[in-house]
Amino acid sequence: MTQVEDFRDVTVTDGSHNSPPKAWKWYDYFTFNIDHKVIGIQYLVTAFVFYLIGGLMAVAIRVELTTPDSDLLDPNLYNAFMTNHGTIMIFLWIVPSAIGGFGNYLIPLMVGARDMAFPRLNAIAFWLNPPAGALLLLSFLFGGSQSGWTAYPPLSLVTANTAQTLWILAIVLVGTSSILGSVNFVITILKLKVPSLRWEQLPLFCWAILATSVLALLSTPVLAAGLVLLLFDINFGTSFFKPEAGGNVVLYQHLFWFYSHPAVYLMILPIFGIMSEVIPVHARKPIFGYKAIAYSSLTICVVGLFVWVHHMFTSGTPPWMRMFFTISTLIVAVPTGVKIFGWVATLWGGKIRFTSAMLFAIGLLSMFVVGGLDGITLGTAPFDLHVHDTYYVVGHFHYVLFGGSVFGIYSGIYHWFPKITGRMTNETLGRIHFALTFVGTHLTFLPMHHLGLQGMPRRVAMYDPQFTTINQLCTVGAFVLAASVIPFTINMIWSWLNGAKAGDNPWNALTLEWTTSSPPLIENWEVLPVVTHGPYDYGMNPQNAGVNNDQTIPVT
Amino acid sequence: MQGSTIDPPETTLDEVVPSSTELHEEIHTDLRVWGLLTFLISESLMFGGFFASYLVLRGESAAWPPEGTEVELLLPTLNTIVLVSSSFVIHLGDTAIKKDDVHGLRRWYIVTALMGAVFLAGQVYEYLTLGYGLTTNIFSNCFYLMTGFHGLHVFIGLLLILGVLWRSRRSGHYSISKHVGVEMAEIYWHFVDIIWIVLFTLLYILTIF
Repeated sequence: MTQVEDFRDVTVTDGSHNSPPKAWKWYDYFTFNIDHKVIGIQYLVTAFVFYLIGGLMAVAIRVELTTPDSDLLDPNLYNAFMTNHGTIMIFLWIVPSAIGGFGNYLIPLMVGARDMAFPRLNAIAFWLNPPAGALLLLSFLFGGSQSGWTAYPPLSLVTANTAQTLWILAIVLVGTSSILGSVNFVITILKLKVPSLRWEQLPLFCWAILATSVLALLSTPVLAAGLVLLLFDINFGTSFFKPEAGGNVVLYQHLFWFYSHPAVYLMILPIFGIMSEVIPVHARKPIFGYKAIAYSSLTICVVGLFVWVHHMFTSGTPPWMRMFFTISTLIVAVPTGVKIFGWVATLWGGKIRFTSAMLFAIGLLSMFVVGGLDGITLGTAPFDLHVHDTYYVVGHFHYVLFGGSVFGIYSGIYHWFPKITGRMTNETLGRIHFALTFVGTHLTFLPMHHLGLQGMPRRVAMYDPQFTTINQLCTVGAFVLAASVIPFTINMIWSWLNGAKAGDNPWNALTLEWTTSSPPLIENWEVLPVVTHGPYDYGMNPQNAGVNNDQTIPVT
Repeated sequence: MQGSTIDPPETTLDEVVPSSTELHEEIHTDLRVWGLLTFLISESLMFGGFFASYLVLRGESAAWPPEGTEVELLLPTLNTIVLVSSSFVIHLGDTAIKKDDVHGLRRWYIVTALMGAVFLAGQVYEYLTLGYGLTTNIFSNCFYLMTGFHGLHVFIGLLLILGVLWRSRRSGHYSISKHVGVEMAEIYWHFVDIIWIVLFTLLYILTIF
């Protein structure tokens, strides 16, 4: 390690490895570029486009559900929209933006590296995503896959075979992308950390991405195995999931949920990381319980691998298994609770700045508590048996994935937009965006719990007329949510072109990404930074935090 | 996995100061072996998924393999011997390059490639002579899928070895201090070998009992 420090002394005089172009041109963002920052932006923008597509599908679904009859979409098309809405939102919006987007952009900057460990592999991982999206859209020409994002056999074996095959190929592509990306994250964090950054100074976002990557590495291939078997069953006459020929349908569910429950953590752990960055900066306080939050990410990573059967309580699961997985599910809620309390304690007594980023972070906190609590109810087998496959489940996971993940992505975008573009976002538009999103989310998803408790099944185009009023309420909420994207999009485009100059560190934040220019140089720093204080030493006595640096410790 | 690349680089500061562009390159060691190992952990879980599925399906069947489906043992055993011993042979190649012996590397890698090719040929021969096909019954589903998937990996490993051989024609491409590609091919080959041992146990040996 001392060797490397010696290097720095040598390189100080000369930043000539930055002599390649000073900044990328606009068209560089459409090429096979290997700069992690370009790839991060590619992920974020591509994912956002898919978010809009998936969002339009959601609006179509909600419009269809305004009346009990099937009038706008015929039931098959409804199924296709429902399936692809879920698939796109999960695999092409939340996962790629939270892990691919923020992870790629921020990890090298946060650990003090010039790029990811394997830049070319990184670019390959990104470029697997657009074809996957194209395959999903293409599948609509063949009727669109009908079996929901879970693709349970026998439904997935008997409906729209071509579309289902395209769906499988798309998921295998994004899965491969996720594995390659995770290899990169693990090695980058473990091996490319600048030596002066001690482990206990590693930003919590890095811990979160590390846990996420390990989880993706361990679970994604199992889904791939399941999907390969499904592919063979559909196209090559095998019978892995055909009970009449010795196969087993529940086996698919195990393979699927072995990935897809951890996938829930793939979608929320990076968001937890974003929360742990945003909250201390805008509350001007050190994070409460750094170690607890870091270790809780790793705990979620481990325990999260052993809870998957709580999705299958009604699949003929034997009682001992229900018992085991109920307990493990309740255990996995503990580290999540640790984080929630950590953030609340960070806010406590802080000088909170209600920036757009902070509004979304606090909004997330409240949303996630709702989603987390009804998640606990669902995780207990006795209750789950009654509400399984009802709108209660739909309400629950939208609170977690929309109120959690999407709020976190918004928060992260507002927080790092100045770093990424060098310009500030418009706070007024940001607040309008927040207000619409917050109201829209509750309006759309809170009533769904009631629908579920009353017994309305999910994944249906037609329903009993007694549910009409509440469904219409949800549809109004969906329109509010759709409208909320408009001020956001305007804000992003306008601010990128005309926003006020941000400067290197507009939030007075202490993590390493704020030590370079905005937007950062192509290889991030002229000279690699030297870490002299913790990432969250806000308001600390500079003597304790270390003074020999050009970074002022903001004591606000 | 005797990769010297995992150890700190043997280069000293004096050797790497020449120009600032190289400095950046030299700051971190070659991480490709780490990357490959991480990837292979992930890859092995895909096989893990297949193995678990196989065991579940096997556990639910009254007779495994079903009546009339005979598992051949002689040829696959010979094939196993070939593949397992090739793992030792490839290591000889790796040892050779660590003594700066490019000819030794080429010799042993050619032998490994031949052994791999024999394995694949044996596999294809077995497919052609077996009395059942992919869709015959649930056992044959598993059998062809798992051996086929493994065969694909052997094929990829073979391509890696051939790639190493191709590159080794240029003198100085691999040397005592620069042979990450050689090591990666070797690690991958060992991986393919280990998977086969599990596969052989599950698909062949366990069907005897």
